[in-house]
Amino acid sequence: MGALEQYLELYRTHRQVIDENGAEVINALRPAAYSILEGGRLPRRGDENYKNVDVEGLLAPDYGINLLKKELKVNPEMSLRCDLPVISTSILMNVNDTFAARRDALDTLPDGVDVGSLREFAGIEQEEVKAYYGKIADMSNPLVALNTLLAQDGLYLRVRRGVQLDQPIQLINILSSVYPLMAVRRILIVVEEGAAVKLLACDHTQRAGVEMMDLETIEVHVAAGAHFDYYHIEESSDSTRRLSTLYVEQEEGSHVNINGTTLSNGITRNEYYCRLMGREAELRLYGMGILDGDRVLGTYSHIDHRASHCKSNELFKMTADDRGNGAFTGRIHVAEGAVKTEAYQASRNLVGSEGARIDSKPQLEIYNDDVKCSHGCAIGQLDPMQIFYMRTRGIKEERARHLLRQAFMADVIDAIDWAPLRDKLHLLTERRFAGVRSACGGCKACNLKTGE
Amino acid sequence: MLKVTDLHAEINGREILRGINLEVKPGEVHAIMGPNGSGKSTLSMVLAGNPSYHVTSGKVEFYGKDLLAMEPEARSHEGVFLGFQYPVEIPGVSMVNFMRAAVNAKREYFGEPAIGAAEFLKLMREKRAVVDLDNKLASRSVNEGFSGGEKKRNEIFQMAVLEPKLSILDETDSGLDIDALRIVATGVTKLKTPENATIVITHYQRLLDYIKPDFVHILYKGRIVMTGGPELALELEERGYDWIKEENKD
Repeated sequence: MGALEQYLELYRTHRQVIDENGAEVINALRPAAYSILEGGRLPRRGDENYKNVDVEGLLAPDYGINLLKKELKVNPEMSLRCDLPVISTSILMNVNDTFAARRDALDTLPDGVDVGSLREFAGIEQEEVKAYYGKIADMSNPLVALNTLLAQDGLYLRVRRGVQLDQPIQLINILSSVYPLMAVRRILIVVEEGAAVKLLACDHTQRAGVEMMDLETIEVHVAAGAHFDYYHIEESSDSTRRLSTLYVEQEEGSHVNINGTTLSNGITRNEYYCRLMGREAELRLYGMGILDGDRVLGTYSHIDHRASHCKSNELFKMTADDRGNGAFTGRIHVAEGAVKTEAYQASRNLVGSEGARIDSKPQLEIYNDDVKCSHGCAIGQLDPMQIFYMRTRGIKEERARHLLRQAFMADVIDAIDWAPLRDKLHLLTERRFAGVRSACGGCKACNLKTGE
Repeated sequence: MLKVTDLHAEINGREILRGINLEVKPGEVHAIMGPNGSGKSTLSMVLAGNPSYHVTSGKVEFYGKDLLAMEPEARSHEGVFLGFQYPVEIPGVSMVNFMRAAVNAKREYFGEPAIGAAEFLKLMREKRAVVDLDNKLASRSVNEGFSGGEKKRNEIFQMAVLEPKLSILDETDSGLDIDALRIVATGVTKLKTPENATIVITHYQRLLDYIKPDFVHILYKGRIVMTGGPELALELEERGYDWIKEENKD
């Protein structure tokens, strides 16, 4: 049986259970997802824009899926220790693909912020969820279709008109299972007119060595004049596979700041689709990946300038060592009427060993004359003269390399508009480059087996 | 202190040093002069341990130890300092972090604990004064956006912090105006003790007005072809290098 067919069969066989543990609005899109997937196939490595991640191969194993939405016990104290300290008092949690409420956390949020389980809110705010669910993400993307076919829960966040949160919200996604498991997580975020919110999502895997598949689709609607910051940190395990698709649509005068950090992982593909729909919208899309050992990171981004006077600024950086493998494909599309567009893209990478590999493919498509656009791509090595200079001051070669790699990532981190997270990420990357494995500050939750 | 015997070295298969002999004792100042391409910078790079240069024969002893067998960082800890002709810019690494890493590396090498925050600040303040280095540079990336003079002052500042036994100053005077030259040279003089030694590599006599050499060596085609006192530098200033070239035709 093909990788895809097993999920289609699962759906046919267990449709009732899936629906019973979903919600009406969520269930309503499954048949459409099914017919899109039926007769098709999943992307393979080497397909256009799938340079280094074999989606079909990754989805071939027979992962368990928690269709009954049984509550899994996760020691909240243990996961609490995973918090990036002093960062947020509003902490929410997804265990695999099921929202795990933290009442005390929800209580601290002001009126006008609706946040919680997607499946619950699909009942409570049916019309709002229906207006956006499956409307922002593109079902012709097989990862979105598969997520839509099987998704039952995840997070819903709605910030009502004009409500501006000072305190960022932190979402901890924990993958936890003793058997190979696939989490099908769905996140829907609606930031209404003039509202502002920052969301930090941290992905952790609780047990090393267990094969985990994280299939995630995030949809974000940012209304006119709204601000949305999305910071994502993946700090999972070697045996974690992550296929994430993020879709953002922006209306007039909105600001979106996305910053993704792949601190440690197994095999990850992150897709970012950003549509600037209203004039004077601004987007900053930054990211970085630290790829050593056998880690793989594929980044695909598609920024679509559909309205005039919009700005987008994109920067992705990776370091690859050992047999690390990174690929970046970045597409910027400037539509015919999108005059006065400013769009900048840069992909900068360091390759540190014979066995490591980085591929980068910038694509810029511009359909009008009145724009300022640029793209740049660099793949290089650390400057031997910089290393020698530091060594003559007594700094060991390895330490010099760490400092230089750390410095290389600095501008990605410095783009984070939230000082405590910025400071913490500087520290985490420094420790990561210095070879300290559990970068959460001695937290055992993510690395039970190694006890580090 | 330093004893260089018949040192041969090459880069990219080209032999640059062709039998250098040089002995430096504590308290001495040696000037190495010579025309472009004579091997002056190569000698400094080889002594500091730049891995791009390969020593093909000869030996270098530093206080009786085999200097060539040491990693560049060990040479630094043992007391060799190279002031770069072109100080390297390191964007993203702040001067403060850079200096702290350097100070702590040395302490670790000698089995001492890492330096405390207050002590470190005091040390920085004290040593900055030697070359009148602006405090605002401390928060900037190493040498990035520094003027030519600031870069060279920064080299001497680092020398002051690391307190080397042997300082090799490679064309520290190049790119400096008269005021910057005086500040840098005065800084070097302040750091002079009867226990340490300095090798000054320079094109011109000018720097030697401030840093008085005990010996002047003329390097030509990878060999020291003449050694004398300070008067040799003056003679070079007057007559140029042509007569040296003439006398040392192959």
